[in-house]
Amino acid sequence: MRHIISILIENESGALSRVAGLFSARGYNIESLTVAITEDPSLSRMTLVTRGSEEIIEQITKQLNKLIDVVKLIDLAESFHIERELMMVKIKATGNMRDEIRSMADIFRGKIIDVTPSTYIIEMTGASEKLDAFVAAIDSDSIIEVVRSGPTGISRGEKGLHL
Amino acid sequence: MELSGAKILVQSLIDEGVEYIFGYPGGAVLHLYDALYQQEDIKHILVRHEQGATHAADGYARSTGKPGVVLVTSGPGATNAVTGIATAYMDSIPMVIISGQVSLPVIGSDAFQEVDMIGITRPCVKHNFLVKDVTKLAETIKKAFYVATTGRPGPVVIDVPKDITAPHIKVPYKYPKKVTIRSYNPVVTINKGQIKKAVELLLSAQKPIIYSGGGVVLGEASKELTAFTRTLGYPITNTLMGLGAYPSTDKQNIGMLGMHGTYEANMAMHESDVIIAIGARFDDRVTGKLDLFCPYAKIIHIDIDPASISKTVRVDIPIVGEVKPVLELMMELIKESSAKPNKKALALWWQQIATWQAVDCLQFDRESPLIKPQYVIEQLYDVTKGDAYVTSDVGQHQMWAAQYYRFDKPRRWINSGGLGTMGFGLPAAIGVKLAHPDADVACVTGEASIQMCIQELSTALQYKTPIKIINLNNRYMGMVRQWQEFSYECRYSHSYMDTIPDFVKLAEAYGHVGIRIDKPEEVRPALESAFNMKDRTVFLDIMTDRTENVYPMIEAGKGHHDMKLRVALGSTTDRELA
Repeated sequence: MRHIISILIENESGALSRVAGLFSARGYNIESLTVAITEDPSLSRMTLVTRGSEEIIEQITKQLNKLIDVVKLIDLAESFHIERELMMVKIKATGNMRDEIRSMADIFRGKIIDVTPSTYIIEMTGASEKLDAFVAAIDSDSIIEVVRSGPTGISRGEKGLHL
Repeated sequence: MELSGAKILVQSLIDEGVEYIFGYPGGAVLHLYDALYQQEDIKHILVRHEQGATHAADGYARSTGKPGVVLVTSGPGATNAVTGIATAYMDSIPMVIISGQVSLPVIGSDAFQEVDMIGITRPCVKHNFLVKDVTKLAETIKKAFYVATTGRPGPVVIDVPKDITAPHIKVPYKYPKKVTIRSYNPVVTINKGQIKKAVELLLSAQKPIIYSGGGVVLGEASKELTAFTRTLGYPITNTLMGLGAYPSTDKQNIGMLGMHGTYEANMAMHESDVIIAIGARFDDRVTGKLDLFCPYAKIIHIDIDPASISKTVRVDIPIVGEVKPVLELMMELIKESSAKPNKKALALWWQQIATWQAVDCLQFDRESPLIKPQYVIEQLYDVTKGDAYVTSDVGQHQMWAAQYYRFDKPRRWINSGGLGTMGFGLPAAIGVKLAHPDADVACVTGEASIQMCIQELSTALQYKTPIKIINLNNRYMGMVRQWQEFSYECRYSHSYMDTIPDFVKLAEAYGHVGIRIDKPEEVRPALESAFNMKDRTVFLDIMTDRTENVYPMIEAGKGHHDMKLRVALGSTTDRELA
């Protein structure tokens, strides 16, 4: 099953490699990993998407908690949460394709953020599945480049991951 | 008080109460060595190879419970230390390793003797620190000792760039009395509900067994384990790392379990209905094939490390906490409980165990004209009255030492259990002897293992650490040969050496006493005279039966109930030995 693990970690050099190293050393898989600073500059927040049986996920969270730099973590998949991923797609856009792609972007609530005579760049956020659907809806020959951030998430309501 | 980084580091170790530091100098740590030269509180033990430094510090730590301290230079000094760091990591031994590093401005430029020590050791340390600011040095050292010695112990590396220790840069020094790390809280609150459930299950058992490991030794809970076991009257088995935590000579102790454990311990595990695992981690050498492991048992598991619980074997009642307070709480509940151990069921269970014990799985040929390695260990036990510190290397001799030296006290059996590091025994013995100068220290080894750190014989002379090396010389890498005999139709691929040194001359060349023993009747007198030479290191080169195997054995892919036993006394089958 897919799990999305949110980690508060000391904002120190090497902290990221401790997490990445743990996954490679123990043979766990990482589907995506995003990391950035939080409102507290001494802390980074990492969002990690992984897959595995209940036993594997239990081991992953225990092993992550053992890392000295890890302050706190939660498995977002265990409760109500919101997930978003950012994507930018550069698409060939000439002739009547320009209108077609623009309306497709509208349907998916994407924004055109760069225009040249022959290309568009479309920015889109949403759940990963929505981004997948948009990419699938565009003729693959016209896609020049796809950049995705990997999902990041936050739990709903008053519950939060903080010190 | 304003001090240079080098003096801060040395003063911090003094303030931490460090007695010995095991190390080897080099370019990146010259400032540090200069600071060491100018003090008399800490004794520096100069080894002959950095691997020896780590094992000696490790032996010191295992035999005392205090953290071992190592100092090595950057680059090759640091990489040579890695095997010893990994050894300590696998067995949860508290150590602090200080490695020199090239100066901060040249880090990353492939400078002379530069290696990414933080990166290299990351997977085999509890934590590591790169010191980037001399004003944080003292605090970092305190943190390193705090992390190494609390919770589940382990090695911690402090990588110190040379410019941090520069003599002309002085900053105020104060060694913190206490540190906290917000992301590290080793003190856990014990879940009393779980303890209650565990006690209920334990007292309802018909065929219980106590399975205890190295965590009892590390957690100084030997007394509590002994009281607990005696109160219940249940059989107990120890892991390789747990030997000595419960007296081996006690009748409730049915021996070690696992691959080369006793038949009775493994059969009792297999047939049991309730297992309480105490400070043990269900290592693959203990469990055998996981699908076949203890099919009828409900399992209680006490461990300080939550990640050890249900890692390989699902347990029914997990208890996270230090062994000692957990056992104390359990004892209280057992005493208060109206339920008592089921005497009738227990009597039947002990009867059953007696039938397994009757197999006498540790028998060996006592009439052989050749020296049997098991006999040597028995004699070693006898000559030292079971009271020696015994270190070992890795292989057959290690298993024989574990099987035939009956450890009654914790911290007496010093071996590399998790990593299985050949070369561990001799330097570890030096560390043990430094910590216990009046005790008998024996290093049980083989002619292959001993050669991996043989250079430390020189260290043993310099620091006058009179240890006794019991070299079970079978002219084979015995354990490799045994596996090749069992699983590769006696194709003894590279498991023997065409040239083996004359160990007597070698010992003499290093300034020690060397004795070669060829006949069984020479074993006892040689051991006696070796241990009578109180101030000399003695190398006993004992020519043992080349064909001897370690029995009993759980072969790969088998369960506890399926042990290979010795076929018949003295049987060597037709092994076509080279």
